[in-house]
Amino acid sequence: MASSQVNGPVRAVHSPAGWGLSLGRLFTQHPIVSRMVSLGLFFLIWEIAGRVPISYAFPTFLETLSAFVTMLLDGSLFAAYGSTLQPLIIGIAISGAVGVTLGIVMGLSRTAEWLVAPLFIVLQSAPMAALIPLITFVYGIGLAAKTLAVIMLALPVIVLNGYKAVRNANPSLVAMCYSFQGTKLQQIAKIIIPDASPVIFAGLRLGLAAGFIGVILAELLITPTGIGDLITYHRSVANYAEMYAAVVSIILVSTLTLAALEAFEMRVLRPEKRRG
Amino acid sequence: MTLSTASIHALPHAESAAVEVRGISKNYKEVEALRSIDLDFPRGKLTTLLGPSGCGKTTLLKIIAGLIEPTSGEVRVNGKTVTGPGPERAFVFQDFALMPWATVMRNVAFGLELKGMGKAERQSIARHYIAEVGLTGFEDKYPHELSGGMRQRVGLARAFAVNAEVLLLDEPFSAVDEQNRRKFQEDLLRLVEKERKTFIFVTHSIEEAVYVSDRIVLLSRRPSRVSQIIEPKVDRTASPDAIRRDQGYLDTVEEIWQGLKHYVD
Repeated sequence: MASSQVNGPVRAVHSPAGWGLSLGRLFTQHPIVSRMVSLGLFFLIWEIAGRVPISYAFPTFLETLSAFVTMLLDGSLFAAYGSTLQPLIIGIAISGAVGVTLGIVMGLSRTAEWLVAPLFIVLQSAPMAALIPLITFVYGIGLAAKTLAVIMLALPVIVLNGYKAVRNANPSLVAMCYSFQGTKLQQIAKIIIPDASPVIFAGLRLGLAAGFIGVILAELLITPTGIGDLITYHRSVANYAEMYAAVVSIILVSTLTLAALEAFEMRVLRPEKRRG
Repeated sequence: MTLSTASIHALPHAESAAVEVRGISKNYKEVEALRSIDLDFPRGKLTTLLGPSGCGKTTLLKIIAGLIEPTSGEVRVNGKTVTGPGPERAFVFQDFALMPWATVMRNVAFGLELKGMGKAERQSIARHYIAEVGLTGFEDKYPHELSGGMRQRVGLARAFAVNAEVLLLDEPFSAVDEQNRRKFQEDLLRLVEKERKTFIFVTHSIEEAVYVSDRIVLLSRRPSRVSQIIEPKVDRTASPDAIRRDQGYLDTVEEIWQGLKHYVD
């Protein structure tokens, strides 16, 4: 083995969903060496597969890399992300604020749970991609429609994670706080929310990953703008290396964002996880 | 009254009782856990609740703590009826109940933090009790970095830090391994001697009960009642090892075992 100490954060919270997240977990759980080896192997297989070639529409790794660098230098990637990230950031900010608040309220109050939980349970299991054309129908093809696509995909998982986390707060710690005459407010602020924060954050990470899916879907299905347009355009003119570079850039951006979110959580919310 | 209650010792005078339990019953739906328990817990003594597993001794302790409402009856602490947790009582939890995201220091000071005491003041109090339980040097560690025995020392220090008169310990050593448990029992005796508080202690270990207790209350199987009160005749000025070989200690262990044997199936 390249390294004998693999002591990343232990989380028994959620199985990863989708490419971006599983890569994100790989990145944060292993030391840098094994990451590089694993990525290098993947790129090698890609290069070989591209040279065989398995399809004429499948570029080699090096072609994709050079297309990526070109797009980076001519500014087309930055321009595309400029318009892609806008609905994503707005949508995630709204989903995060509303979702975490709603989740905590639902976790604390049976009435709120009764009112709101069924809606989000249905929303989470619904095939959201199928609803995106409906959004266009109502909200047109502008920023609002794309933001809404992000929210629709991101919000349910954030809400439900927050709700489950709060509902399953360690009863022994809650009793401890009560036995030392903690007020209800202290109980929520000092026990329930810190105890729930890993699962709330897992929800935010899953929500962010879902938000990326939402914004890309919106750009592919609603308005050809941003990175979705870049993919569509290069596909239509058969620039397969550029098309793959755009796809890879999405994975890269979502992975880095998720890793940053996890690093933030480690630093701010769970100081004890920083040490082995 | 059952036959065994004949051996109850004369109850001490009411003014020396820190905690009085009067006619406490507790039913969980159809299950009758406790049936009209009357008990006095003398001030400054360590009283143990001992009984077959599932007999409701923890339930009784949590009722005294104000964490569980009794179905009927009342608990008085210093003559005042208990309606919930209060500052004159502190609880030590079987599963430690330490906040995993907080250091030893913050965990020990947590009771004071909830009361709104300033950081410097509560930390100096916490530091004192961290030293009392022998954890000096571990102030900045997190619970998962400590052994089971050390975690429970944190729980004990937290209970001491709020300066309650009555300490309620719910099987504090049950999740601690045997060797650490012995050491911990010895330390507890020293702290009982030093802190001069009223201790109510729940355990299912007869040896542990006899070793640490001034008084042992034997509870019968569900529905639980007081079946016997024993005051171990053990010379506590002797060394821990001498106590464990003391004839009085061994006789009391045997006496309790004879009393409990018929509950075990």
